[in-house]
Amino acid sequence: MATPKPRVKVPKTAKAGEIIVIKTLISHQMESGQRKDKEGKVIPREIINKFTCEFNGTPVFSCDMDPAVSANPYFEFKAKVAESGTFKFTWVDDNGSIYTDEQKIEVG
Amino acid sequence: MNLNRRQALAYSAGAVAFVVAGARLDPASATPEATVKAIADFAGGKTPATGKLTLTAPEIAENGNTVPISVSVESAMSGDDLVQSVMILAEGNPNPAVATFNFTAMSGVAEATTRMRLAKTQNVIAVARMADGSVYMDKKEVKVTIGGCGG
Repeated sequence: MATPKPRVKVPKTAKAGEIIVIKTLISHQMESGQRKDKEGKVIPREIINKFTCEFNGTPVFSCDMDPAVSANPYFEFKAKVAESGTFKFTWVDDNGSIYTDEQKIEVG
Repeated sequence: MNLNRRQALAYSAGAVAFVVAGARLDPASATPEATVKAIADFAGGKTPATGKLTLTAPEIAENGNTVPISVSVESAMSGDDLVQSVMILAEGNPNPAVATFNFTAMSGVAEATTRMRLAKTQNVIAVARMADGSVYMDKKEVKVTIGGCGG
């Protein structure tokens, strides 16, 4: 499988105290562990089981996932920004891999 | 009452429709045990109340592989009036757990959207746990044309 590629949409600028919308998507097949291959053997589960979003080191939002989350897991959530800083996004794979992305925001 | 044949037929059709609608209004009795247990574990012994939490899901999902769902909870998101977590369950899936969203005061509002898999037509349930321990629940039936759990 190709390396999962995160895509994140955060506004470039915001007013202090504004509630912004953040959209994230990561390419991942989210193998549920329910499917079988041609020989009838169960394909082992391999999903992203945790997603977190931090702003300047403070947790904003996180999600624990089970196999019922669709392939290429998509999240849309909100954050209240009081100051300029960096959003850090982390996805944790069942196989131990960790995928990250960072986005800066200017608060004026 | 003096009914002619046409009126009698109309009345009996209405009665059948009423019985069918009544049977559909009580999906709780069909909730599988695993879902009930997951809700009880999440709620910590509390009985979930209705209100505050809104679950948005399509009435009909043509493709069970990717069904968009949203949750939204009325909350000031500060002090005691804070949403800690919202759990999503699909009672007709092989494993009812779908995802758990964890919010913080930094979230501003407790709203989130994702996409999920549904194996068949079933109820999708959202349960929200607040910082003060209260628990809210919402439920939507989603009709699935093509199931999305492989096979």
